[in-house]
Amino acid sequence: MSMPFYVSPEQLMKDRADFARKGIARGRSVVVIQYADGVVFVSENPSKALHKVSEIYDRIAFAAVGRYNEFENLRIAGVRLADLRGYSYDRVDVTGRGLANAYAQTLGTIFSSGGEKPYEVEIFVAEVGDAVEDDQIYRLTYDGQVADEHDYAAMGGDAEAVDTYLKEHFEGGLSLDAAIRLAVKALAQSGEDGRTIPAGDLEVAVLDRTRTLPRKFRRLSGDSLSGLLAEA
Amino acid sequence: MSAESSGRSSARLPDAFLSPGTSSFADFLGEVSPELLPARRALPAGSPADLAPHGTTIVAATFTDGVVMAGDRRATMGNVIAQRDIEKVFPADEFSCVGIAGSAGLAVEMVRLFQTELEHYEKIEGSTLSMDGKANRLSALIRNNLALAMQGLAVVPLFAGYDRRAGFGRIFSYDVTGGRYEETAFHSVGSGSVFARGSLKKLYRGDFDATDCVTAAVQALYDAADDDSATGGPDLTRRIFPVVHVITGDGQQRMPEAEVAEIADRVVAGRMQRPDGPNAALN
Repeated sequence: MSMPFYVSPEQLMKDRADFARKGIARGRSVVVIQYADGVVFVSENPSKALHKVSEIYDRIAFAAVGRYNEFENLRIAGVRLADLRGYSYDRVDVTGRGLANAYAQTLGTIFSSGGEKPYEVEIFVAEVGDAVEDDQIYRLTYDGQVADEHDYAAMGGDAEAVDTYLKEHFEGGLSLDAAIRLAVKALAQSGEDGRTIPAGDLEVAVLDRTRTLPRKFRRLSGDSLSGLLAEA
Repeated sequence: MSAESSGRSSARLPDAFLSPGTSSFADFLGEVSPELLPARRALPAGSPADLAPHGTTIVAATFTDGVVMAGDRRATMGNVIAQRDIEKVFPADEFSCVGIAGSAGLAVEMVRLFQTELEHYEKIEGSTLSMDGKANRLSALIRNNLALAMQGLAVVPLFAGYDRRAGFGRIFSYDVTGGRYEETAFHSVGSGSVFARGSLKKLYRGDFDATDCVTAAVQALYDAADDDSATGGPDLTRRIFPVVHVITGDGQQRMPEAEVAEIADRVVAGRMQRPDGPNAALN
Protein backbone atom coordinates (compact mmCIF):
# COMPACT_ATOMS: atom_id res chain seq x y z
CA MET A 1 0.00 0.00 0.00
CA SER A 2 1.42 3.32 -0.95
CA MET A 3 1.17 6.42 1.17
CA PRO A 4 1.13 9.85 -0.48
CA PHE A 5 4.18 11.80 0.69
CA TYR A 6 3.87 15.30 1.99
CA VAL A 7 6.30 17.62 0.24
CA SER A 8 6.56 21.14 1.59
CA PRO A 9 6.15 23.96 -0.99
CA GLU A 10 9.67 25.15 -0.14
CA GLN A 11 11.11 21.75 -0.94
CA LEU A 12 9.05 21.46 -4.13
CA MET A 13 10.26 24.83 -5.44
CA LYS A 14 13.82 24.09 -4.42
CA ASP A 15 13.76 20.79 -6.29
CA ARG A 16 12.39 22.45 -9.38
CA ALA A 17 14.98 25.24 -9.19
CA ASP A 18 17.82 22.72 -8.76
CA PHE A 19 16.55 20.82 -11.76
CA ALA A 20 16.49 23.94 -13.93
CA ARG A 21 19.87 25.17 -12.69
CA LYS A 22 21.55 21.86 -13.44
CA GLY A 23 20.26 21.93 -16.99
CA ILE A 24 21.51 25.49 -17.54
CA ALA A 25 24.94 24.79 -15.99
CA ARG A 26 25.65 22.13 -18.61
CA GLY A 27 25.80 24.61 -21.48
CA ARG A 28 28.41 27.18 -22.43
CA SER A 29 28.17 30.82 -21.42
CA VAL A 30 26.89 33.92 -23.19
CA VAL A 31 28.30 37.38 -22.47
CA VAL A 32 26.62 40.70 -23.16
CA ILE A 33 28.61 43.94 -22.96
CA GLN A 34 27.61 47.57 -23.48
CA TYR A 35 30.07 49.36 -25.74
CA ALA A 36 30.13 52.94 -26.98
CA ASP A 37 27.76 52.41 -29.96
CA GLY A 38 25.47 49.72 -28.60
CA VAL A 39 25.35 46.27 -27.11
CA VAL A 40 27.42 43.27 -28.17
CA PHE A 41 26.63 39.60 -27.52
CA VAL A 42 29.37 36.97 -27.60
CA SER A 43 28.98 33.27 -27.05
CA GLU A 44 30.94 30.12 -27.70
CA ASN A 45 28.86 28.26 -30.22
CA PRO A 46 30.50 26.22 -32.98
CA SER A 47 27.17 25.79 -34.79
CA LYS A 48 26.50 28.20 -37.63
CA ALA A 49 22.81 27.35 -37.84
CA LEU A 50 21.59 26.93 -34.27
CA HIS A 51 21.90 30.42 -32.91
CA LYS A 52 22.00 31.46 -29.28
CA VAL A 53 21.71 35.15 -30.17
CA SER A 54 18.93 36.44 -32.41
CA GLU A 55 17.10 39.50 -33.63
CA ILE A 56 13.65 40.15 -32.19
CA TYR A 57 12.83 43.62 -33.52
CA ASP A 58 14.35 46.89 -34.73
CA ARG A 59 16.28 47.62 -31.53
CA ILE A 60 15.74 44.43 -29.56
CA ALA A 61 17.79 41.25 -29.45
CA PHE A 62 17.59 38.01 -27.56
CA ALA A 63 20.26 35.66 -26.19
CA ALA A 64 19.73 32.43 -24.34
CA VAL A 65 21.45 29.48 -22.73
CA GLY A 66 20.02 26.12 -21.75
CA ARG A 67 17.81 23.74 -23.68
CA TYR A 68 17.68 24.69 -27.34
CA ASN A 69 14.09 23.60 -28.03
CA GLU A 70 12.80 25.60 -25.08
CA PHE A 71 14.55 28.88 -25.75
CA GLU A 72 13.84 28.54 -29.48
CA ASN A 73 10.16 28.39 -28.57
CA LEU A 74 10.53 31.54 -26.49
CA ARG A 75 12.45 33.30 -29.25
CA ILE A 76 9.75 32.57 -31.82
CA ALA A 77 7.08 33.70 -29.36
CA GLY A 78 9.04 36.93 -28.89
CA VAL A 79 9.29 37.58 -32.63
CA ARG A 80 5.56 36.91 -32.99
CA LEU A 81 4.68 39.20 -30.09
CA ALA A 82 6.92 41.99 -31.35
CA ASP A 83 5.71 41.76 -34.96
CA LEU A 84 2.08 41.64 -33.83
CA ARG A 85 2.55 44.75 -31.64
CA GLY A 86 4.43 46.57 -34.36
CA TYR A 87 1.77 45.71 -36.93
CA SER A 88 -1.24 46.61 -34.80
CA TYR A 89 0.28 49.77 -33.26
CA ASP A 90 3.53 51.14 -34.61
CA ARG A 91 7.17 50.09 -34.81
CA VAL A 92 8.20 52.48 -32.02
CA ASP A 93 5.64 50.93 -29.66
CA VAL A 94 7.55 47.65 -29.44
CA THR A 95 9.74 47.81 -26.32
CA GLY A 96 12.23 45.53 -24.65
CA ARG A 97 10.46 46.04 -21.33
CA GLY A 98 7.16 44.75 -22.72
CA LEU A 99 8.89 41.71 -24.13
CA ALA A 100 10.79 41.03 -20.89
CA ASN A 101 7.50 41.22 -18.97
CA ALA A 102 5.80 38.73 -21.27
CA TYR A 103 8.74 36.33 -20.91
CA ALA A 104 8.78 36.77 -17.13
CA GLN A 105 5.09 35.96 -16.83
CA THR A 106 5.44 32.95 -19.10
CA LEU A 107 8.49 31.50 -17.35
CA GLY A 108 7.03 32.25 -13.91
CA THR A 109 3.73 30.53 -14.65
CA ILE A 110 5.44 27.46 -16.10
CA PHE A 111 7.87 27.26 -13.17
CA SER A 112 5.19 27.32 -10.48
CA SER A 113 2.57 25.24 -12.25
CA GLY A 114 2.62 21.58 -11.19
CA GLY A 115 1.74 20.26 -14.61
CA GLU A 116 4.77 21.32 -16.63
CA LYS A 117 8.47 20.81 -16.09
CA PRO A 118 10.27 24.11 -15.56
CA TYR A 119 12.12 25.55 -18.55
CA GLU A 120 15.88 24.99 -18.30
CA VAL A 121 16.77 28.35 -19.80
CA GLU A 122 18.16 31.74 -18.96
CA ILE A 123 17.60 34.70 -21.25
CA PHE A 124 18.93 38.16 -22.00
CA VAL A 125 16.66 40.69 -23.66
CA ALA A 126 18.57 43.80 -24.73
CA GLU A 127 17.31 46.99 -26.28
CA VAL A 128 19.60 49.64 -27.72
CA GLY A 129 18.65 53.29 -27.23
CA ASP A 130 19.82 56.56 -28.76
CA ALA A 131 22.59 56.90 -26.16
CA VAL A 132 24.47 54.56 -23.79
CA GLU A 133 22.22 55.63 -20.89
CA ASP A 134 19.13 54.50 -22.82
CA ASP A 135 20.39 50.97 -23.44
CA GLN A 136 18.59 48.29 -21.47
CA ILE A 137 19.59 44.75 -20.64
CA TYR A 138 17.22 42.40 -18.85
CA ARG A 139 18.18 39.03 -17.46
CA LEU A 140 15.37 36.50 -17.10
CA THR A 141 15.84 33.31 -15.15
CA TYR A 142 14.01 29.96 -15.36
CA ASP A 143 11.59 30.97 -12.57
CA GLY A 144 10.49 34.22 -14.21
CA GLN A 145 12.63 36.63 -12.21
CA VAL A 146 13.73 39.74 -14.05
CA ALA A 147 16.91 41.64 -13.29
CA ASP A 148 18.04 44.89 -14.86
CA GLU A 149 21.71 44.58 -15.87
CA HIS A 150 24.21 47.34 -16.57
CA ASP A 151 27.59 47.45 -18.34
CA TYR A 152 28.03 43.69 -18.72
CA ALA A 153 26.47 40.37 -17.75
CA ALA A 154 27.13 36.67 -18.21
CA MET A 155 24.98 33.58 -17.97
CA GLY A 156 25.31 29.86 -18.57
CA GLY A 157 27.76 27.15 -17.53
CA ASP A 158 30.64 29.00 -15.89
CA ALA A 159 28.89 32.31 -15.50
CA GLU A 160 30.61 33.05 -12.19
CA ALA A 161 34.17 32.73 -13.49
CA VAL A 162 33.24 34.77 -16.56
CA ASP A 163 31.50 37.40 -14.46
CA THR A 164 34.49 37.75 -12.12
CA TYR A 165 36.80 38.35 -15.06
CA LEU A 166 34.43 40.95 -16.54
CA LYS A 167 34.13 42.72 -13.18
CA GLU A 168 37.91 43.09 -13.01
CA HIS A 169 38.46 44.23 -16.58
CA PHE A 170 35.35 46.09 -17.74
CA GLU A 171 35.47 49.84 -18.32
CA GLY A 172 32.86 52.18 -19.76
CA GLY A 173 32.87 53.48 -23.35
CA LEU A 174 34.72 50.54 -24.94
CA SER A 175 35.07 50.37 -28.71
CA LEU A 176 33.45 47.40 -30.47
CA ASP A 177 36.68 45.49 -31.04
CA ALA A 178 37.84 46.05 -27.45
CA ALA A 179 34.47 44.88 -26.13
CA ILE A 180 34.57 41.71 -28.24
CA ARG A 181 38.13 40.93 -27.19
CA LEU A 182 37.19 41.41 -23.54
CA ALA A 183 34.18 39.12 -23.95
CA VAL A 184 36.23 36.40 -25.65
CA LYS A 185 38.86 36.52 -22.90
CA ALA A 186 36.13 36.33 -20.29
CA LEU A 187 34.54 33.32 -21.99
CA ALA A 188 37.93 31.58 -22.05
CA GLN A 189 37.94 31.67 -18.23
CA SER A 190 35.72 28.62 -18.29
CA GLY A 191 37.46 25.33 -19.03
CA GLU A 192 41.20 24.78 -18.76
CA ASP A 193 43.57 27.64 -18.01
CA GLY A 194 44.92 29.85 -20.74
CA ARG A 195 42.89 28.42 -23.59
CA THR A 196 41.96 30.58 -26.56
CA ILE A 197 38.68 30.24 -28.41
CA PRO A 198 39.09 30.10 -32.20
CA ALA A 199 37.10 32.71 -34.15
CA GLY A 200 35.16 29.95 -35.91
CA ASP A 201 33.68 28.82 -32.60
CA LEU A 202 32.31 32.23 -31.70
CA GLU A 203 28.85 33.58 -32.27
CA VAL A 204 28.96 37.38 -32.19
CA ALA A 205 26.12 39.83 -32.82
CA VAL A 206 25.61 43.52 -32.12
CA LEU A 207 22.80 45.98 -31.71
CA ASP A 208 24.52 48.92 -33.33
CA ARG A 209 22.81 52.29 -32.80
CA THR A 210 24.92 53.90 -35.56
CA ARG A 211 23.33 51.72 -38.27
CA THR A 212 21.27 53.85 -40.62
CA LEU A 213 18.66 51.13 -41.19
CA PRO A 214 15.84 50.87 -38.63
CA ARG A 215 16.93 47.31 -37.86
CA LYS A 216 20.00 47.65 -35.66
CA PHE A 217 20.84 43.96 -35.29
CA ARG A 218 23.85 42.62 -37.14
CA ARG A 219 25.80 39.36 -36.96
CA LEU A 220 29.58 39.42 -37.12
CA SER A 221 31.34 36.39 -38.53
CA GLY A 222 34.06 35.28 -40.91
CA ASP A 223 36.61 37.87 -41.96
CA SER A 224 35.00 40.86 -40.29
CA LEU A 225 35.07 39.05 -36.95
CA SER A 226 38.66 37.78 -37.35
CA GLY A 227 39.66 41.34 -38.24
CA LEU A 228 38.13 42.74 -35.06
CA LEU A 229 39.74 40.02 -32.95
CA ALA A 230 43.20 40.41 -34.46
CA GLU A 231 43.72 44.10 -33.85
CA ALA A 232 44.94 43.59 -30.28
CA MET B 1 -10.62 40.53 -29.79
CA SER B 2 -6.97 39.76 -30.14
CA ALA B 3 -5.41 36.99 -28.13
CA GLU B 4 -2.87 39.45 -26.83
CA SER B 5 -5.38 41.87 -25.36
CA SER B 6 -7.97 39.39 -24.17
CA GLY B 7 -5.80 38.82 -21.12
CA ARG B 8 -7.33 35.45 -20.25
CA SER B 9 -6.24 34.22 -16.84
CA SER B 10 -2.66 35.52 -16.72
CA ALA B 11 -0.24 37.69 -18.63
CA ARG B 12 1.48 34.53 -19.82
CA LEU B 13 2.01 34.33 -23.57
CA PRO B 14 -0.92 32.41 -25.12
CA ASP B 15 -0.23 28.93 -26.44
CA ALA B 16 -0.52 30.06 -30.05
CA PHE B 17 2.65 32.13 -29.56
CA LEU B 18 4.64 29.23 -28.16
CA SER B 19 3.46 26.48 -30.46
CA PRO B 20 5.82 25.59 -33.27
CA GLY B 21 4.47 25.87 -36.78
CA THR B 22 4.12 28.62 -39.29
CA SER B 23 6.84 31.08 -40.27
CA SER B 24 4.21 33.24 -41.92
CA PHE B 25 3.05 36.33 -40.07
CA ALA B 26 -0.21 36.49 -42.03
CA ASP B 27 -1.07 32.90 -41.08
CA PHE B 28 -0.22 33.60 -37.44
CA LEU B 29 -2.34 36.76 -37.50
CA GLY B 30 -5.22 34.78 -38.96
CA GLU B 31 -4.96 32.45 -35.98
CA VAL B 32 -4.69 34.95 -33.10
CA SER B 33 -6.16 38.23 -34.40
CA PRO B 34 -8.04 37.61 -37.64
CA GLU B 35 -9.74 41.00 -37.37
CA LEU B 36 -6.39 42.65 -38.13
CA LEU B 37 -6.13 41.04 -41.55
CA PRO B 38 -7.29 43.51 -44.21
CA ALA B 39 -8.93 40.73 -46.22
CA ARG B 40 -11.03 39.31 -43.36
CA ARG B 41 -13.33 42.30 -43.05
CA ALA B 42 -17.00 41.89 -43.88
CA LEU B 43 -18.41 44.82 -45.82
CA PRO B 44 -21.96 46.11 -45.45
CA ALA B 45 -24.12 46.26 -48.56
CA GLY B 46 -23.48 49.14 -50.97
CA SER B 47 -20.43 50.20 -52.90
CA PRO B 48 -17.53 51.51 -50.83
CA ALA B 49 -15.46 52.16 -53.94
CA ASP B 50 -16.26 55.88 -54.13
CA LEU B 51 -15.70 56.50 -50.42
CA ALA B 52 -11.95 55.96 -50.42
CA PRO B 53 -9.16 57.52 -52.45
CA HIS B 54 -7.55 55.64 -55.32
CA GLY B 55 -3.89 55.45 -56.13
CA THR B 56 -3.00 55.64 -59.79
CA THR B 57 0.10 54.93 -61.86
CA ILE B 58 3.22 52.88 -61.01
CA VAL B 59 6.00 52.04 -63.45
CA ALA B 60 8.97 49.69 -63.12
CA ALA B 61 11.85 49.00 -65.47
CA THR B 62 15.02 46.93 -65.26
CA PHE B 63 18.51 48.18 -66.08
CA THR B 64 21.90 46.48 -66.22
CA ASP B 65 22.53 46.53 -62.43
CA GLY B 66 19.00 46.13 -61.12
CA VAL B 67 15.55 47.59 -61.31
CA VAL B 68 13.81 50.96 -60.83
CA MET B 69 10.28 51.57 -59.59
CA ALA B 70 8.52 54.94 -59.70
CA GLY B 71 5.07 56.17 -58.81
CA ASP B 72 3.22 59.44 -59.36
CA ARG B 73 1.96 61.33 -56.30
CA ARG B 74 -1.76 61.69 -56.93
CA ALA B 75 -4.69 60.02 -55.18
CA THR B 76 -8.17 60.64 -56.52
CA MET B 77 -11.70 60.26 -55.19
CA GLY B 78 -14.09 60.42 -58.11
CA ASN B 79 -13.24 63.68 -59.88
CA VAL B 80 -11.57 65.20 -56.81
CA ILE B 81 -7.83 65.10 -56.17
CA ALA B 82 -7.75 63.56 -52.70
CA GLN B 83 -4.02 64.00 -52.13
CA ARG B 84 -1.21 65.59 -54.12
CA ASP B 85 1.76 64.04 -52.38
CA ILE B 86 0.72 60.50 -51.56
CA GLU B 87 3.48 57.87 -51.61
CA LYS B 88 2.67 54.67 -53.42
CA VAL B 89 6.03 52.94 -53.69
CA PHE B 90 7.34 51.26 -50.54
CA PRO B 91 10.35 49.18 -49.64
CA ALA B 92 9.26 45.58 -49.03
CA ASP B 93 12.62 44.49 -47.66
CA GLU B 94 16.30 45.18 -48.30
CA PHE B 95 16.21 43.99 -51.92
CA SER B 96 12.68 44.58 -53.13
CA CYS B 97 9.92 47.14 -53.24
CA VAL B 98 6.24 47.21 -53.95
CA GLY B 99 4.13 49.87 -55.66
CA ILE B 100 0.37 50.01 -55.34
CA ALA B 101 -2.54 51.04 -57.48
CA GLY B 102 -6.20 50.80 -56.48
CA SER B 103 -7.90 51.45 -53.19
CA ALA B 104 -5.24 53.45 -51.33
CA GLY B 105 -6.05 52.77 -47.68
CA LEU B 106 -6.42 49.04 -48.15
CA ALA B 107 -3.33 48.92 -50.32
CA VAL B 108 -1.17 50.66 -47.72
CA GLU B 109 -2.42 48.20 -45.11
CA MET B 110 -1.59 45.31 -47.37
CA VAL B 111 1.90 46.67 -47.94
CA ARG B 112 2.43 46.86 -44.17
CA LEU B 113 1.31 43.25 -43.86
CA PHE B 114 3.62 42.22 -46.69
CA GLN B 115 6.60 44.05 -45.15
CA THR B 116 5.97 42.38 -41.80
CA GLU B 117 5.51 39.04 -43.53
CA LEU B 118 8.95 39.19 -45.17
CA GLU B 119 10.73 40.44 -42.06
CA HIS B 120 8.96 37.87 -39.87
CA TYR B 121 10.04 35.00 -42.09
CA GLU B 122 13.60 36.29 -42.14
CA LYS B 123 13.79 36.50 -38.35
CA ILE B 124 12.17 33.15 -37.65
CA GLU B 125 13.95 31.14 -40.33
CA GLY B 126 17.25 33.00 -40.19
CA SER B 127 17.31 33.36 -43.99
CA THR B 128 15.51 35.50 -46.53
CA LEU B 129 12.84 34.22 -48.90
CA SER B 130 13.78 33.70 -52.53
CA MET B 131 12.54 36.31 -55.00
CA ASP B 132 9.88 33.86 -56.26
CA GLY B 133 8.92 33.05 -52.67
CA LYS B 134 8.31 36.73 -51.93
CA ALA B 135 6.30 37.15 -55.13
CA ASN B 136 4.17 34.13 -54.23
CA ARG B 137 3.48 35.41 -50.70
CA LEU B 138 2.25 38.70 -52.15
CA SER B 139 0.09 36.71 -54.52
CA ALA B 140 -1.52 34.88 -51.56
CA LEU B 141 -2.27 38.17 -49.77
CA ILE B 142 -4.01 39.57 -52.85
CA ARG B 143 -5.96 36.37 -53.44
CA ASN B 144 -7.37 36.65 -49.91
CA ASN B 145 -8.59 40.12 -50.79
CA LEU B 146 -10.77 38.92 -53.66
CA ALA B 147 -14.06 39.37 -51.78
CA LEU B 148 -13.27 43.05 -51.15
CA ALA B 149 -12.04 43.48 -54.70
CA MET B 150 -15.41 42.23 -55.99
CA GLN B 151 -17.07 45.01 -54.03
CA GLY B 152 -14.89 47.68 -55.53
CA LEU B 153 -11.90 47.73 -53.15
CA ALA B 154 -9.36 46.23 -55.51
CA VAL B 155 -5.64 46.40 -54.82
CA VAL B 156 -3.25 45.84 -57.71
CA PRO B 157 0.41 45.92 -56.77
CA LEU B 158 3.56 45.85 -58.82
CA PHE B 159 6.47 44.04 -57.20
CA ALA B 160 10.11 44.49 -58.18
CA GLY B 161 13.37 43.41 -56.68
CA TYR B 162 16.92 42.30 -57.20
CA ASP B 163 17.18 38.51 -57.34
CA ARG B 164 20.44 37.82 -55.54
CA ARG B 165 20.60 34.21 -56.70
CA ALA B 166 20.02 35.04 -60.35
CA GLY B 167 21.97 38.33 -60.21
CA PHE B 168 19.51 40.65 -61.98
CA GLY B 169 16.40 42.73 -61.37
CA ARG B 170 12.93 41.19 -61.76
CA ILE B 171 9.40 42.59 -62.03
CA PHE B 172 6.12 40.87 -61.13
CA SER B 173 2.60 42.08 -61.87
CA TYR B 174 -0.64 40.77 -60.38
CA ASP B 175 -4.34 40.62 -61.08
CA VAL B 176 -7.08 40.94 -58.44
CA THR B 177 -7.46 37.16 -58.16
CA GLY B 178 -3.83 36.83 -57.07
CA GLY B 179 -2.54 35.76 -60.46
CA ARG B 180 1.18 36.42 -60.66
CA TYR B 181 2.96 37.29 -63.91
CA GLU B 182 6.64 37.89 -64.38
CA GLU B 183 7.34 40.80 -66.72
CA THR B 184 10.42 41.30 -68.83
CA ALA B 185 12.16 44.68 -69.09
CA PHE B 186 9.35 47.00 -67.89
CA HIS B 187 5.76 47.15 -66.74
CA SER B 188 3.17 49.56 -65.41
CA VAL B 189 -0.05 49.32 -63.39
CA GLY B 190 -2.86 51.73 -62.52
CA SER B 191 -5.20 54.02 -64.43
CA GLY B 192 -2.44 55.68 -66.49
CA SER B 193 -0.60 52.42 -67.14
CA VAL B 194 -1.72 52.12 -70.75
CA PHE B 195 -0.05 55.43 -71.63
CA ALA B 196 2.99 54.78 -69.44
CA ARG B 197 3.57 51.39 -71.05
CA GLY B 198 3.23 52.85 -74.53
CA SER B 199 5.79 55.47 -73.62
CA LEU B 200 8.25 52.92 -72.17
CA LYS B 201 7.85 50.74 -75.25
CA LYS B 202 9.34 53.51 -77.35
CA LEU B 203 11.94 54.74 -74.85
CA TYR B 204 13.24 51.55 -73.23
CA ARG B 205 16.65 50.17 -74.16
CA GLY B 206 18.47 47.17 -72.78
CA ASP B 207 21.69 49.05 -71.93
CA PHE B 208 20.23 51.60 -69.52
CA ASP B 209 22.21 52.68 -66.48
CA ALA B 210 20.36 53.78 -63.32
CA THR B 211 19.96 57.44 -64.35
CA ASP B 212 18.72 56.53 -67.85
CA CYS B 213 16.25 54.11 -66.33
CA VAL B 214 14.90 56.70 -63.87
CA THR B 215 14.64 59.24 -66.70
CA ALA B 216 12.62 56.77 -68.81
CA ALA B 217 10.33 56.08 -65.84
CA VAL B 218 9.76 59.80 -65.25
CA GLN B 219 9.07 60.28 -68.98
CA ALA B 220 6.53 57.45 -68.83
CA LEU B 221 4.80 58.99 -65.80
CA TYR B 222 4.73 62.34 -67.62
CA ASP B 223 3.00 60.67 -70.57
CA ALA B 224 0.56 58.93 -68.23
CA ALA B 225 -0.30 62.25 -66.55
CA ASP B 226 -0.63 63.86 -69.99
CA ASP B 227 -3.49 61.58 -71.00
CA ASP B 228 -4.93 60.23 -67.75
CA SER B 229 -6.66 62.75 -65.48
CA ALA B 230 -6.11 60.59 -62.39
CA THR B 231 -2.31 60.56 -62.73
CA GLY B 232 -0.35 63.54 -61.44
CA GLY B 233 2.55 64.95 -63.42
CA PRO B 234 5.60 66.67 -61.89
CA ASP B 235 4.22 69.52 -59.74
CA LEU B 236 6.63 72.36 -60.56
CA THR B 237 5.03 75.00 -58.33
CA ARG B 238 4.93 72.82 -55.21
CA ARG B 239 8.06 70.90 -56.17
CA ILE B 240 6.38 67.51 -55.79
CA PHE B 241 8.05 64.82 -57.89
CA PRO B 242 7.57 61.07 -58.32
CA VAL B 243 8.75 58.65 -55.64
CA VAL B 244 11.60 56.63 -57.14
CA HIS B 245 13.23 53.52 -55.66
CA VAL B 246 16.40 52.04 -57.14
CA ILE B 247 17.29 48.44 -56.30
CA THR B 248 20.67 46.87 -57.06
CA GLY B 249 22.82 44.09 -55.61
CA ASP B 250 23.79 46.54 -52.84
CA GLY B 251 20.20 46.85 -51.65
CA GLN B 252 17.32 49.16 -52.33
CA GLN B 253 17.14 52.84 -51.61
CA ARG B 254 14.80 55.69 -52.31
CA MET B 255 16.36 58.17 -54.70
CA PRO B 256 16.87 61.50 -52.87
CA GLU B 257 14.23 64.14 -53.67
CA ALA B 258 16.85 66.53 -55.09
CA GLU B 259 18.09 63.98 -57.65
CA VAL B 260 14.57 63.14 -58.80
CA ALA B 261 13.84 66.87 -59.06
CA GLU B 262 16.88 67.35 -61.29
CA ILE B 263 15.81 64.56 -63.63
CA ALA B 264 12.18 65.78 -63.64
CA ASP B 265 13.32 69.32 -64.42
CA ARG B 266 15.28 68.03 -67.42
CA VAL B 267 12.26 66.04 -68.62
CA VAL B 268 9.98 69.08 -68.27
CA ALA B 269 12.53 71.32 -70.03
CA GLY B 270 12.55 68.88 -72.97
CA ARG B 271 8.75 68.91 -73.09
CA MET B 272 8.83 72.73 -73.34
CA GLN B 273 10.48 72.21 -76.75
CA ARG B 274 8.47 69.16 -77.75
CA PRO B 275 5.35 68.57 -75.57
CA ASP B 276 4.94 64.98 -76.77
CA GLY B 277 8.36 63.98 -75.53
CA PRO B 278 11.47 62.62 -77.22
CA ASN B 279 11.23 61.32 -80.77
CA ALA B 280 11.88 57.63 -81.24
CA ALA B 281 13.67 56.52 -84.39
CA LEU B 282 11.28 55.41 -87.14
CA ASN B 283 13.28 52.34 -88.10
